[in-house]
Formats: sequence, structure tokens, C-alpha cells
Amino acid sequence: MLKQYETVFIMTPVLSDEQMKETVDKYQKFLISRNAEIVYEDNWGLRKLAYPIQKKSTGFYHLIEFKAEPELIRDFEVMFKRDERILRFLTIVLDKHSLAYNEKKRNKAKTEKQKEE
Amino acid sequence: MATPQSGEIKYLTPIAVDTKKKKYCRFKKSGIKYIDYKDADFLLKFVNEQGKILPRRITGTSTKYQRKVSQAIKRARHLALMPYVADLLK
Repeated sequence: MLKQYETVFIMTPVLSDEQMKETVDKYQKFLISRNAEIVYEDNWGLRKLAYPIQKKSTGFYHLIEFKAEPELIRDFEVMFKRDERILRFLTIVLDKHSLAYNEKKRNKAKTEKQKEE
Repeated sequence: MATPQSGEIKYLTPIAVDTKKKKYCRFKKSGIKYIDYKDADFLLKFVNEQGKILPRRITGTSTKYQRKVSQAIKRARHLALMPYVADLLK
């Protein structure tokens, strides 16, 4: 059964912009290769961490929302664990309330953008 | 001038007795169904200045939503959006 997931991961701040994109790309490609559908993506950019992780006080945050089979998540998380460029990651399953919330938030952002234009 | 009768004290205005304000669950009231762990500024309302989660008895949140609040705060902490321990958070 297809489920919708949301993953946020933090990359080390030592990466260059290019390396960061490359890392993100790697995970996107993995998802696509396993027949997952990427619904939404958001790059939060460099953010200050609330507490140091691996002696770093900042990190690049990236969010991916996707639809996938549950079997895929295990391999996906193993990839994060093995990757030393990743400081932290969190994957959650979205239920109907969180789906509605995310949808609303996106629509809001969209209309605001249109207004600006 | 009226003299106090039989030693009873009379007040011109009723003395301020702490009338208990009824607490309510803000999620039930405003119809919020999902608490976002990415919104750290909002979650800050449910922790004290050391970063500890406030009990229901203080915030008035219902049991159902208190569970969701604590879940969201714990997720936010994991992603370093909120501190596990802090001093003078507010």
C-alpha cells in the first residue's frame, strides 16, 4: 500500500553548494529509482542548530515529501545512516490531518507568491 | 456617617477574590487537527524557559492534543529546531 511520507534531513555545513545539491540529488534519484513519487520539496538552506551536533552549530536543512511503499523506507534510512554528510534525519508517515495541513500550507504559499507577481 | 454594626466590616467594593478562569484546550477551540513539528516558534508556547514540556494542568490542553504536542516537541528536538536543555529560553 502506498503511503505518504515526509523526510527532513540535515547536511553538514562544510559542504559547498554544489556538493549539497549533489547529496540531495542522490536521495531524489534513489526515490525515483524505487518508484516513489516526489510530491513536494523544500530547501530551508543553512540554519542554526538549537544545539551542536558533531561539533557543528549550523546545517543545511532539506525536506522531501513523497509517496512510496513502506518497504522502501528501511533502505532509504540505511542510506542516511551510512552517509557521513548527513547529521540528522527524520522520516514520518503523514496521516489525513497532516496531509490536509501540508496542502493548506502549500496553497497559502502559492497564493502569496502569485500576489507578489 | 454610618457606623459599622456589631463590628462587621463593610467594603464599598467587593474584595477581589481570585475567580478561577476556566481553562480550555486551544486546539479543540480553534479546530487545529495537526501540530507541526517544524513550527518551533509555536511549540515554544508549550515549554518552560528550560525547554521542558509544560504539563496539561498549566496549559489546559486536552489529553488528546497534549500527546500530539509532546510528540511534535520531541521531533523538533531531534531535528535541532528546539533545544533539549536550555537556560533562559524566553
